[in-house]
Amino acid sequence: MIVFLLVLATIIGLWLSRQRLASKPWLETGAPPARAEAVAVAPARLGLAVFLAVVGGLFAMLGSAFVMQIDEYPWQLVPLPRMIWFSTAALVAASLALHRAAGAARRAEPGRRDAALAAATLATLAFLAGQGLVWRALGDGGVVLSGTPAGSLVYLITGLHGLHVLGGLVALGRVWLRQAQRPGSAQARAAIALCAIYWHALLFVWLALIALFSGLANEVLALFGALLT
Amino acid sequence: MRMALVLVLIVVASVAFHLVSPWWWTPIASDWDYIDNTLVITFWITGLVFAAVVLFMAYCVFRFRHREGRKAEFNPENRRLEIWLSVATGIGVAAMLVPGLFVWKQFITVPDDAVEVEVFAQQWYWSYRLPGEDGQLGTSDPEYVSADNPLGVNPHDRFGADDVIVEGDLYLNLNQPVKVLLRSIDVLHNFYVPEFRAKMDMVPGMVTYYWFEPIRTGEFEVLCAEYCGISHSFMRGFVRVVEQDEYDAWLQGQPTFAEYAGAVPDPARATRVADRPEP
Amino acid sequence: MADIPHEAEADLPPLEVPDVMPPHAHSWLGKWVFSQDAKYIAIQYSGTAVAIGLVALVLSWLMRLQLGFPGTFDFITPEAYYQFITMHGMIMVIYLLTAIFLGGFGNYLIPLMVGARDMVFPFVNMLSYWVYLAAVLVLVSSFFAPGGPTGAGWTLYPPQAIMSGTPGGAQAGILLMLLSLILFIIGFTMGGLNYVVTVLQARTRGMTMMRLPLTVWGIFTATVMALLAFPALFVACVMMMFDRLLGTSFFMPALVEFGEQLNYGGGTPIAFQHLFWFFGHPEVYIVALPAFGIVSDLIAVHARKNIFGYRMMVWAIVIIGGLSFIVWAHHMYVSGMHPWFGFFFATTTLIIAVPTAIKVYNWVLTLWRGDIHLTLPMLFALGFIVTFVNGGLTGLFLGNVVVDVPLSDTMFVVAHFHMVMGVAPIMVIFGAIYHWYPLITGRMLNETLGQIHFWVTFIGAYAIFFPMHYVGLVGVPRRYYELGEASFLTTPVDGLNAFITVAALVVGAAQMLFLFNLGWSIRRGRDAGHNPWRATSLEWQTPDVPPRHGNWGDRLPPVYRWAYDYSVPGAPDDFIAQNDPATPDPQAVPHGVRP
Repeated sequence: MIVFLLVLATIIGLWLSRQRLASKPWLETGAPPARAEAVAVAPARLGLAVFLAVVGGLFAMLGSAFVMQIDEYPWQLVPLPRMIWFSTAALVAASLALHRAAGAARRAEPGRRDAALAAATLATLAFLAGQGLVWRALGDGGVVLSGTPAGSLVYLITGLHGLHVLGGLVALGRVWLRQAQRPGSAQARAAIALCAIYWHALLFVWLALIALFSGLANEVLALFGALLT
Repeated sequence: MRMALVLVLIVVASVAFHLVSPWWWTPIASDWDYIDNTLVITFWITGLVFAAVVLFMAYCVFRFRHREGRKAEFNPENRRLEIWLSVATGIGVAAMLVPGLFVWKQFITVPDDAVEVEVFAQQWYWSYRLPGEDGQLGTSDPEYVSADNPLGVNPHDRFGADDVIVEGDLYLNLNQPVKVLLRSIDVLHNFYVPEFRAKMDMVPGMVTYYWFEPIRTGEFEVLCAEYCGISHSFMRGFVRVVEQDEYDAWLQGQPTFAEYAGAVPDPARATRVADRPEP
Repeated sequence: MADIPHEAEADLPPLEVPDVMPPHAHSWLGKWVFSQDAKYIAIQYSGTAVAIGLVALVLSWLMRLQLGFPGTFDFITPEAYYQFITMHGMIMVIYLLTAIFLGGFGNYLIPLMVGARDMVFPFVNMLSYWVYLAAVLVLVSSFFAPGGPTGAGWTLYPPQAIMSGTPGGAQAGILLMLLSLILFIIGFTMGGLNYVVTVLQARTRGMTMMRLPLTVWGIFTATVMALLAFPALFVACVMMMFDRLLGTSFFMPALVEFGEQLNYGGGTPIAFQHLFWFFGHPEVYIVALPAFGIVSDLIAVHARKNIFGYRMMVWAIVIIGGLSFIVWAHHMYVSGMHPWFGFFFATTTLIIAVPTAIKVYNWVLTLWRGDIHLTLPMLFALGFIVTFVNGGLTGLFLGNVVVDVPLSDTMFVVAHFHMVMGVAPIMVIFGAIYHWYPLITGRMLNETLGQIHFWVTFIGAYAIFFPMHYVGLVGVPRRYYELGEASFLTTPVDGLNAFITVAALVVGAAQMLFLFNLGWSIRRGRDAGHNPWRATSLEWQTPDVPPRHGNWGDRLPPVYRWAYDYSVPGAPDDFIAQNDPATPDPQAVPHGVRP
C-alpha cells in the first residue's frame, strides 16, 4: 500500500511540477506561455490510466490486508498449487497476443490483427479456466473459503482479479463487435490498444499477487524493517 | 451591520458560556491531571484564535461593508504576512502538541509497581479478574467459556487456579497504581470511568491495557464508551476506591477460580477448535 | 464576447481535445431522464441527494427527541434509536455530502468553469448517476426489510455490525447497507474518472491550471482523493459481506456470543478499522475541499476582491489532500492499536492544521479592504468561516493523542464533527445554491425567505452544537440511547439536552422554508439577467442563461486571465471576465502591482 501510494505521489508530484504552481497568475494577462511540452493524451487513454490507478489501489489495499494477516499468523501462508503456473502462462500469452493485435491494427494488417485477437480471447478463457482449477486444487488441499483468513483472502483476491479479467473480456467482445461494424476505423484501433494496456496491467497485478501469496511481500518488508533498525 | 454585531455576540456568548456555565468536567480521581492540564492549554490557545479570527471578521464586515462608490483594494498576496502567520500557527500547534506527546509517553509507560487487574467485558456487563496469590493471571481463551467458566480461564494453566473472579463492583486500593488489562469476548467495548479520564477499547482476540493511580476514595461509575449493541447505554458498573483494610476485607469475600466452578473441563464438550475444519 | 479581436487569439495554444458537440438528445426521455448532459445529471444528483437528505433530517429529529426527552416517545426503542443514528450518519456523509459536492456541483460547474462543452465521457457520466440512484434505493429498501436497517453505527465496526446484538446485524439490514455502499463506490468511480479527465484534458484554450477558479481545484483534488480512498471502503465492505454470508473470518476472531461459541477465528477487528479510516479520513476532506474551493469563490465575488494568496490556496489544497492520507489512525487512538502509532499520527494530524489555518487566514484577509456585499451567498460564506473555525479548533483537541483520551467517544466528538463537516459544508452548499441558482434557472431566490433561512440556520446550528461540546466534556458518551442516572455528573445535562433538541427542531423546520423557496422561485423569482453577481469566472459568460446544451454556442471561449480580476486598478468596471482580452490602462496601475 505504502509503495503504491509513493508511486502515485511521485506521478502526481511530477505532474504538479509541470503546472507552474509558483507562477503568479494575476501578473499574466493575455495568452499563457506555451506549456513546456504539450503531450496530448487521448481522453480515453487517460481515463483508462486513472481507472487502472483505482484498480491498483484496490489490490494494494487487499495486499496490505494480506500482509498484515500473515505478519500476525505466518503459518497461515497457503501453499500455491502448481496449476497456478499454467494460468500465469495463459495470461502472459493473452497479454502478448493483444500487444501484437494492437501493433497489427496500427499497421492495418486485418488478418494478423484478427488472429491475434482470437488468440488473446482464447488465452484469456484458458486463464479463467486455469483459475477455476487452481481453486479446485486449493479446496482439495484443505484450503477452504471459510477457513483461515489468509486462505479466504487468496480466494477473495484471485476472485476479484478474475472478475476484472472477465470485465476485460466483455470489453474485448465489444471490440469484436465494433470491428465487425466498422472495420479498420480509428476508434476500433484505439479500442484494441486500450485493451492491450488493460491486459498488461492485469498481468502485472497478477504477478504481484503471486509474489504476495508466496510470502515474498512479507519477507521484503521484514528485510526493510531489519535494515531500518 | 447586523452580521458584524452577531459575530461579536457569538464570541461573547461562547466565552461567557465557557466561563460561567456549570458544565465542566467531573472532579478527577486519578493521577491524570496532566491530561487535564494539556486540555486546558488547548482551550486557551484555541479560544484565543477563535475570538481573534471571528472578531477580525466582524471588524472587516463592519468597516468594509459596501457603500456607494467604494472600491476594493487590489492585493493578490503578501508573502511576508503569510509566512509570518504560518510560523505563528506552527508555534501554537507545537505548544499544544509537545506537552501532549510527553503525556502520551507517560500514558503508555506502565510503572513497575502497578498491579494487574483484568477487566472482562461481554454483552452487556462487566466482570473482573485479579491475579490471586501468585501475582500472575492465568491464560484464557474464548474456547473455554461455559456456564461454569464465564471468563474462559484456561483450566489447564497452573497460574489460573488462584485467580480471583469478581462479579459485581470492583474495589481498588487507594494510591496503588493499577494496570487494567482489557479483554472482550464478543464485540468492541470500552472501559471508561469519567473520573479516571483514561479509556481504551476492548477488542476481542487481543488484550489492551492502560494504567492509572486512584488518588481519592469514592464510588465511580463505569460506562461502556464503544458502541456494543442495543444495550450499550445500560452497560454500567461501579468501581470503588477504598483504603487498604477495607480492600483486604472485600478481597477475602471473593471466590478464586478454583472455588468458582471446580475448574474441571467438560471432556464431553466439543471445543471450537475441533469444530472448525481447519487445523 | 463575439467581437473578440482575432489577433489576441492567435497566440493561444491549441485545444487538447477537438471541439466536438456532445450528442444531442432526441427524445424527452433522453433529455430529462437518461440525460447525458452534465447539467441535467448534476440536477438529478442534487435532487436525489436532497431527497435522501430529508430522510436523514427527519431521523435526526427523532433521535434528538429521544435524547432531549428520554422516555417520552414509546415508539423510539433502543433498536430504532440505533437504526436512526446509523442511517442519519451514513446518509449525511456519503449519500448527501459526497454526492452533492462531487456529483452535483462537480457535474454542473466543472465543464462550465473550465470552458468545456460537457464531461469527456457523457455516457459513463449518465451511468454514474443511475448506479448512484440504485445505491440510494437499496439503502431505502433496508428500511422495509425484516429487522429494519442496520443499527451498527455509521462506522459499521465488526464484530458487532454482523452479530445479533445489533439491530439488523443478523438480518438483511447490514447486507443491504454494504451492498448499497459497494454500488455507491462503483457509481462514484465512473463519475470521478470523468471529473478528473475533464479537468485535465478539456480545459479551453488559455485555461492553465493556475487560472482555474478554486472551486475546480477543490473538486478536482477531492475527486482524486476519493478515487484513491474509496477502494479501501470497497475492500472493507466486500470482506465484511463475506464474513457475514460465507463464514470467512477476515475481521472475526474467536468469539462467544451470549455464552455460545461462534464458528469464527483468526481475524482481526482492527484491520477493518484501518481500512475504514483509510477511507474515512480522506472522506472528511473529500467533503471539505470542494467546500473550501466554493467558499473561496463566493467570498471573492461578493467582496469584489481577488482571493488573497491564490497560490498559497492552491498549495494548501494539494498539501491537505496529500497529508490526509497519513492521518487516518487519529480516529483510532483508543482502539487498541499499537500505542507507538499515537506519536506519529498526532504529529501528522497537527501538522495538517497549518495549511488549513492558512486557508482560514486567507479567507478573512480577503475581506480586509474589500467591498463587502452582504448578499445571501456572502452571509452563508461568513457563517461557514465561523463554524469551520470552531469545528477545526476542536479538532486540535481530538487530534492531540492524549487530549483525545478523555474526549474520544463522547458527545464532544459528535459536536466536533457536526460543526466541521456537517454545519460548515452545508453552509457552503446553501451559499452555493443561492449563488448559482440564478445561473441554473435564470431567476433569483426570494431574498426575504433567504434571510430568515440564513439567520435561523446559522444561529440555530451554533446553538445546537456549541453546548454539545460541553455535554461531552462532562463525560457523556456518544451513542447512548439514554443516560439515565449518572453519578459522575456534577450538574445534570437534561436541560441542556432539551435545549439542543428544541434548537434542532427549529433549524430543521427552517430548511422547509428553503425547499419552498427553491420551488417557488423557479417561476416567480425575480429575473436574474446575465451575470447578476458580476462574476469573472467562465460559467457566467455563457451566451445563454441558463446555459444551453453544449454550453458555449458555436465557439469555445478563449481565456486571457485568472478568475479573480476584481477591482483591478484602472479597469472601467470592478471585474474583468476571464474571456475578456482587454488590458487595463497601464498608466493607471500603481507601480509594482502589474507589469
